[in-house]
Amino acid sequence: MHISIEKRGYVSKNFSTAIYISSIFFAVIVSSFIFLFRGVNPFYAFYKIFQGSFGSLYGIKETITKAIPLLLIAEGLIVAFKGKFWNIGANGQLLIGATLSTWVALNFGPTNSTIPTLLLMFLVGFIGGALYGLIPALMKVKLGINEIIITLMFNYIAEDFVEYLVYGPWKGKTQYGFPYTDNFPSSATLAQIPGTRISYVTLIVALISAILIYFFIEKTKYGFEIKVTGENPHAAKYSGINFVKITIIMMLISGGLAGIAGVGEVAGIHKHLTYPSQVSSGYGYTAIIVAWLAQLNPILAIISAFFFGGILVGGDIIQTSLGFPFSTINAFNGFILIFVMVGNFFTEYKIKIRR
Amino acid sequence: MNLIISILQRTMVAGTPLLLGTVGEILAERSGILNLGIEGMMALGAIVGFSITYVTKNPVIGVVAGILAGGVLSLIHAFVSITIKGNQTLSGLAIAMIGSGLAGMLGKSYIGVALPSKFSEIAIPGLSNIPFIGPILFNRDPLFYIGIILAVFFWFLLFKTRWGINIRSVGENPKAADALGVNVGLIRYISTFIGGCFAGFAGAYLTLAYMPNWIEGMTGGRGWIVIALTIFAQWNPLRAILGAYIFGGVDVLQYILQPLGIPVPILKMTPYIVTIIILLITAREVIRKHLGAPNALGEPFVKGEK
Repeated sequence: MHISIEKRGYVSKNFSTAIYISSIFFAVIVSSFIFLFRGVNPFYAFYKIFQGSFGSLYGIKETITKAIPLLLIAEGLIVAFKGKFWNIGANGQLLIGATLSTWVALNFGPTNSTIPTLLLMFLVGFIGGALYGLIPALMKVKLGINEIIITLMFNYIAEDFVEYLVYGPWKGKTQYGFPYTDNFPSSATLAQIPGTRISYVTLIVALISAILIYFFIEKTKYGFEIKVTGENPHAAKYSGINFVKITIIMMLISGGLAGIAGVGEVAGIHKHLTYPSQVSSGYGYTAIIVAWLAQLNPILAIISAFFFGGILVGGDIIQTSLGFPFSTINAFNGFILIFVMVGNFFTEYKIKIRR
Repeated sequence: MNLIISILQRTMVAGTPLLLGTVGEILAERSGILNLGIEGMMALGAIVGFSITYVTKNPVIGVVAGILAGGVLSLIHAFVSITIKGNQTLSGLAIAMIGSGLAGMLGKSYIGVALPSKFSEIAIPGLSNIPFIGPILFNRDPLFYIGIILAVFFWFLLFKTRWGINIRSVGENPKAADALGVNVGLIRYISTFIGGCFAGFAGAYLTLAYMPNWIEGMTGGRGWIVIALTIFAQWNPLRAILGAYIFGGVDVLQYILQPLGIPVPILKMTPYIVTIIILLITAREVIRKHLGAPNALGEPFVKGEK
């Protein structure tokens, strides 16, 4: 018997959709063992997760709340990943955006009205995230340093920095000793859709970002150059594409959108800066999977962000009602990523068995 | 003097898990497999080592279990990167998430639980009486000695044996290795598995020798520092010894500086900042000496494909 692997030519949409759905199905099966191992009926666990995230009005509201930062970050990551820049640092970029906009909220907010305050917060948040993404990008293009490690180290540094601020110099005077900054003045907070934690503004900004990124990648010169650089760096070099410039543009967008996600979290949800893990909620890591599950398609990312928003809500549910730590959901996310990759293999190659 | 001895003792302990992880990653990367999952495999090794020791009251069984846990988890990475030729960066990140997630879940019931027994120091007769050096180097837990021996052994294996030539050739030029009859896939599987075992070992060291209790997230980014150390070590296990103990010192530095009134979160940044600085320095060195990663690092090998 001889087994050989051959490249597939054309793949139908139905086939690849079926592969994707079965990838998630297999990830669910493997994750079932985690629940079984802890003596929890997996059917019950998944029922609870589904019920909590998609099966009730409250759940859907929460799912959308979490899908917003995921979508914003994933859109940025799509740009970076298209150019083969492994930005794993969205968590840190989000935190820096949140931190700088907090500074604006606390210092500029009390004496100014809503629109200029919020505009300045978004602007500063974007710039902060963008610059925090730019440093690793420069280290990569100028010195050839692996961007994965640097962006990861930057995540840890940003976390420690925020922790330092909220326990130290920025600790609020009216927060009963909790590590929170003072609450934002009302001019620095985003209005929410009544009965939810969803802010109109961030929801719209996130959806618009999906459309803009789609046009950026598909219709602009820079978008085209990013794609070429990602697909074939050598060809990109010969065709005169400025690698340094492209990487910088890519990371400004990628980091900037993560920074905006950070502004949305502090201005729309918490209304103060708090523990780093609560502000970022690991969105930067989950968004990596959101981007890949969407096959780096900016429009499909809307669906996959919604799906993973639900999974994160599920993480809260298994924590509160089943006593599992939130991190369990990371294992589930990891399995989804692995099975999506296995699925990709079957859409790219076919296996031939000959006797 | 006693203070310096005690600082250096702690440096040795803090450097050992980094050394173990780095030697394993060097082996995997020398075969062409970039495994970014160290953080997850360490976390899993830590909790498995802890829980098995808790149940059996025997840290030797615990450490073996931790080693195997890391190894088994690395096989998922091996399967994705070797058999289905997937993207190694993504797969490694997935492994990091899976390992940390599983560790958090398994560790839930062990938070605040005391470990019945751990590895304690063994004084090597004669050598441990040497002033200054004795208490630092020759009065350590057994895993410390094993770590150094393994680093030297794998340096010898990689650079002085037929096996080592095969592993390196698979990482440098898998096509040529394949043409010479070397089983590329098998060598990569074995190297990735042993690398995973090392990561599991490093994790188990954290709970069984470094600090005998379980806290979620106790690997604290060491898995990522290992990836950076691999670059610093220029894929050489002997140089890894140097790097690991320098970083062990950075780890200990936090506790030395704490009494000076520097806020803890700022001190917690030091290892990451030093990692970046060291990468900046090595980058220049790598450029200057034309020393680089194994040529085919991260590239899947498809037989018969150009």
